[in-house]
Amino acid sequence: MPSTGIIELYVFLLAGFVGYQVITRVPPLLHTPLMSATNAISGISLVGSLVAAGADRNMVSTILGVIAVASATINVVGGFLITDRMLKMFKRHDQPDPGPKVG
Amino acid sequence: MNPRELFVQVTYLTASVLFIVGLRSLTRPDQARRGMNQAALGMLLAICGTLAHHEILRYDWIIVGLVVGTAIGYPLGMFVPMTAMPQRIAISHLFGALAATLVGVAEYYTLVRGPGVGHAEMAALGFEVLFGSLTITGSFMATGKLQGFLPGRPITYPGQNAVNLLLFAVALGLFGYLIFVPGQQAAFYTMIGVAFCVGLFMVMPIGGADMPVVISLLNSYAGLASAATGFAIGNNVLIIAGALDGASGFLLSILMSKAMNRSFANVLFGAFGTPATSSGRSSVGLAVRSITAEDVALQLGYAGSVIVVPGYGMAVAQAQHQVRELAEQIEKRGGEVKYAIHPVAGRMPGHMNVLLAEANIPYDRLYDMDEINPQFDQADVALVIGANDVVNPAARSDRASPIYGMPILNVDRARHVIVLKRSMSPGFAGIENELFYDPKTSMLFGDAKASLSRLVSEVKSL
Repeated sequence: MPSTGIIELYVFLLAGFVGYQVITRVPPLLHTPLMSATNAISGISLVGSLVAAGADRNMVSTILGVIAVASATINVVGGFLITDRMLKMFKRHDQPDPGPKVG
Repeated sequence: MNPRELFVQVTYLTASVLFIVGLRSLTRPDQARRGMNQAALGMLLAICGTLAHHEILRYDWIIVGLVVGTAIGYPLGMFVPMTAMPQRIAISHLFGALAATLVGVAEYYTLVRGPGVGHAEMAALGFEVLFGSLTITGSFMATGKLQGFLPGRPITYPGQNAVNLLLFAVALGLFGYLIFVPGQQAAFYTMIGVAFCVGLFMVMPIGGADMPVVISLLNSYAGLASAATGFAIGNNVLIIAGALDGASGFLLSILMSKAMNRSFANVLFGAFGTPATSSGRSSVGLAVRSITAEDVALQLGYAGSVIVVPGYGMAVAQAQHQVRELAEQIEKRGGEVKYAIHPVAGRMPGHMNVLLAEANIPYDRLYDMDEINPQFDQADVALVIGANDVVNPAARSDRASPIYGMPILNVDRARHVIVLKRSMSPGFAGIENELFYDPKTSMLFGDAKASLSRLVSEVKSL
């Protein structure tokens, strides 16, 4: 395995460890937003998709790349929006109501 | 490193940091929104950075993809109701895995026709495509079961587990073979096909109540597939985001399995949703005590402390808003209302909390199982709405019960227990609940929403 592969393995393990430490401290209260948030964040595979779609290597790569760009964008846009929509709903009882809102 | 490459790397590094900051903010509900906005900013930076990447030569197709993705993603973010959150999340696992898999296939296709695929590269690509493909079909099945366009009950046949294991072994075998002979295109595409089948067959026998574990597990797979993409194309921000996603999914699936007292293997190969044949103690000869809404209102109206135990039945009946109204009436009369949330009360981790928050119930009144269990002793009334297995004392006492050992809410320790229930049918696991036959339990039969509306007006008129 080339040395960059080893460095990547370090990055993966350390990130996984940090992730584990941070996420164990997320209260069950927010586990659904957590899942939609990590989903949105892993939409970062968009960066790989963008290269596949835009590198103009061959027809197959471009077509698959475009579908991948669309899929990843769905997760990025939809994921961050829905996470925010959920987090907006969590209020303490002494927190003033932000105004009349139906739904 | 030229300035352009430096710019790209700086955006990636910033994005990585902001992602971790964003996830960290989720440890505090009052900071979570700001943190997630920072994470979104990180995402925007990384995308801008990538668009400046030297390999990208044309933008027309990219724009098409971005526009289509935004057009589909916006409604998926803004208009999906909170009750549909589990299938909404399941389908986003599908999209994430699809993106990873397609990038992997495109990469393989290009490399095989050009410089050839190295062994290490093949390991990363193979992992990416293998886990990506099985997550695609697995998530599709999960979405279908949750949304209801596929039958929600487990589909089983004899020898199912053997078939599933065999398929998975074949997929792994092809993967191993490819690492040694990366140029074998037939093996590569066969592996994808087999992985599709693995995902399909893996979720087929899993019933609705086990979905929290499945969704979490698929979350983890989708994350790992993303991380493998990062390995394959040498991109650290992808590795980091994938590792975070994978760790989060893994952790949640462990928590969910624990909450159901089951191992992964048991969820994946157990087909739990089938009615249990040996359901422990029989309830023959025991009688339940039925109660009228007026009497329930009396008990609630004069209670000092009430603990509400919402279950999936409440969510199905869409009765969250009535629950809040009832709680407001009790609080107006000087009572204290808390909510006890079992980890698997909904169809995905934390689902019940979201449903209650949507009904404007303050989050500081929502308590986890571990926090609330010692408080049942002091509660005047425990009000169980559409929950069943998670309050079944058999989990503590009856060794013959299939749910023995599952952590439950200690509802039976409260002074009085009132259960709102549609009928006396057993719960999802098909197990009799001896709580219903407890002398201090009263049952209020009927549709949860209608019963609660009735209670609201009764308590009001006390």
